[in-house]
Amino acid sequence: MTLSLLAIQAAEAISAPEGATRWVWLTVAFPLLGFLVNGALALRRPQAKTIVSIVGAGVLVAAFAVAALIYAELRGHPPEAPVIVQLWRWIPSGSLDIRFAFQVDQLSVVMLLVVTGVGSLIHLFSIGYMHADAGYARYFAYLNLFVVFMLVLVLGASLPVLFVGWEGVGLCSYLLIGFWFGDKVNADAGKKAFLVNRIGDFGVLIAMFLLWYTLRSLDFVTITAKAPTDLVAGGGLVTAITLFLFLGCAGKSAQIPLYTWLPDAMAGPTPVSALIHAATMVTAGVYLVARTGILFAMAPFSSAVVAGVGALTALFAASIGLRQYDIKKVLAYSTISQLGYMFLAVGTGAYVAGIFHLVTHAFFKALLFLGAGSVIHAMHQAYHATHSHADAQDMRNMGGLRRYLPWTFWLMLIATFAIAGVPGLSGFFSKDEILAAAFGRGETHRIWLVYWAMGMLAAFMTAFYMMRLMAMTFFGENRTGAAEQEYLHDAPPVMTGPLVVLGILTIAGGLINLPAFAGGHHALETWLEPVVASAQAAMPLTMPHGTTEYLLIGAAVVTSLLGLFLGWRVTLARPIPTAALAPAETGFARVLFRKYYIDEIYDALIVRPLVGISRLVLWKGVDQGLIDGLGANGSASLARGLGWIGSRLQSGQLGFYVVVFLVGAVWLLRAVVR
Amino acid sequence: MLLGPSLLLSAVLFTIGVVGVLLRRNAIVLFMCVELMLNAVNLTFVAFSQVLGLGGQVMVFFVMTVAAAEAAVGLAIILAIFRHTRSVDLKNINLLQG
Repeated sequence: MTLSLLAIQAAEAISAPEGATRWVWLTVAFPLLGFLVNGALALRRPQAKTIVSIVGAGVLVAAFAVAALIYAELRGHPPEAPVIVQLWRWIPSGSLDIRFAFQVDQLSVVMLLVVTGVGSLIHLFSIGYMHADAGYARYFAYLNLFVVFMLVLVLGASLPVLFVGWEGVGLCSYLLIGFWFGDKVNADAGKKAFLVNRIGDFGVLIAMFLLWYTLRSLDFVTITAKAPTDLVAGGGLVTAITLFLFLGCAGKSAQIPLYTWLPDAMAGPTPVSALIHAATMVTAGVYLVARTGILFAMAPFSSAVVAGVGALTALFAASIGLRQYDIKKVLAYSTISQLGYMFLAVGTGAYVAGIFHLVTHAFFKALLFLGAGSVIHAMHQAYHATHSHADAQDMRNMGGLRRYLPWTFWLMLIATFAIAGVPGLSGFFSKDEILAAAFGRGETHRIWLVYWAMGMLAAFMTAFYMMRLMAMTFFGENRTGAAEQEYLHDAPPVMTGPLVVLGILTIAGGLINLPAFAGGHHALETWLEPVVASAQAAMPLTMPHGTTEYLLIGAAVVTSLLGLFLGWRVTLARPIPTAALAPAETGFARVLFRKYYIDEIYDALIVRPLVGISRLVLWKGVDQGLIDGLGANGSASLARGLGWIGSRLQSGQLGFYVVVFLVGAVWLLRAVVR
Repeated sequence: MLLGPSLLLSAVLFTIGVVGVLLRRNAIVLFMCVELMLNAVNLTFVAFSQVLGLGGQVMVFFVMTVAAAEAAVGLAIILAIFRHTRSVDLKNINLLQG
């Protein structure tokens, strides 16, 4: 065992774990412990809310502490090669020997910090948000379990280990979307998310089979080492592998054509939307593309597809976001749109920019969702107090909330400016880098200039719909209702505290990769350089410099400010009717409001035919006809028929038996004598 | 050397036995007909042993032994049936009818 490990380490250039890195499994073990404790409490003592709060959030903070220690150590002694922490031999089967191992390198540490850091804040927020809920312990058990799987996903040293996390987060996503399963809508939304993701997971599995077939290994280290020599760059095989991988990413990260589950996923509690459906799980696809960057870099066609789908999704989702009224739906489409940016980045070969946007997006989108959670919390309490059945999430029922929720207002305004790309805030730097990279790639192929233009248009729309959200929610006259206004107020400190921390991160997040023109030195790029070096070598990136760079930045800033200004003016130009009194949408606005009818189209083209075929062919034909009719009842009828013939032979009359015997004997005799 | 007449006699006896088994309904008579067939075969064995050696006569002893055993078992069964149904007419005994 030890010898073979040493042999592997010698062959693949990996570093042995030392110091705090050896304890990386603790980051998974802590939330797992939290899951077990909270799960047991959910079954036995669902009312023990104090201990659930302490355990649920405490394990996350502990995991974050371990992650911070590992980061500090890696920062002190940056490892030459990825550190592999072997836990146990998982699938030893012939030449396939998969170890349950964690890979600690610059990329996984970034993800580790984001997941545990943002996760801790959202767990703390949840203590306030979910406190009155009957399923409090169950909620924290699911949330802890999600973090377990998410960490397995980002730490996994091979595709199968990653896949365990990949499937696990899908499970937790399903459980938490359908958390309030008493409403059929919520349960359906969970099911939809699970089924749509299944299509993507199929792609990941096929990609794994193909990788095993060609490279005889599923370890990321081996893949990165072997791919340049064992695979033909631009060949059909590597293109197929990457396209299948991207199918999985499109499912998990809600890209066209598999994005439809994410808006429905808003049926879950709002902190869940913030953690799973904005900050962490949905970015797993971006992480996977960055992790297997060498393969995508060797398949220019796949990279173009990834970037194209990303750009198209960014634009498409942003346009839907222009005309939604549910505050969480706007943020959901915004998330899809921002994920599109990340895929545009990794498809362009700007892996660092993609991860950079992933991190900053985790900050500001978590802040936006938690802010929306505060708003919904306040609205819900107000409507609850007056026994009103109005929609607590509809922005047409809000308005003027800045007077009642000042903390939430200011923090969400920061996040809005960040996502819109106002200079100086985190989103500005990361989005700018993506657009600059796409523009730079335009030198090699003109299609990337189209992608850049789509990205710019999406950026304008982003600024527009975010300002529309802010204007409808926080400005103008209050439309909640006269009786409700006295109940509207900011959330308790346990909810506002995490918002403040996220607000600081949203402002300062750009510092982690401050570009040269802003006086920085691309810290994140330097940090991630060892991880993305080989992919970058296979697909070199030319960033625009000098005048072009400043022109691009200028264009981005103008677009963003114009979007914000127009969003403000158009929204507040005329009074907004409340949801109950709102007239029906007309024209193209209706198409946008109905989300381009994509759900209806999928329903007509895929779901209904599938259900029809299942009903007519599989159920009536195969199940009832073949299996029940021919298989079960048919064999029974056959046995009964044969038995009837046999029983007729038994007359009970001895004479008959003797005749039969005699005829038989004579017949045998004849055969012998002849 | 009466091989021909002996075989003829045994054939006649055997046929009588077969016809008896086929036609009679009384269990005792049926039983006697079976014995008749066995003894017809014995006669054949003895007749042939004059030509082919003593093996046939040895076989006769086996047949007689089996016949004795069969008679013992068979008569016991018939007795049991008679005690049960007060009749040895096979027409009334058709419990195995399917």
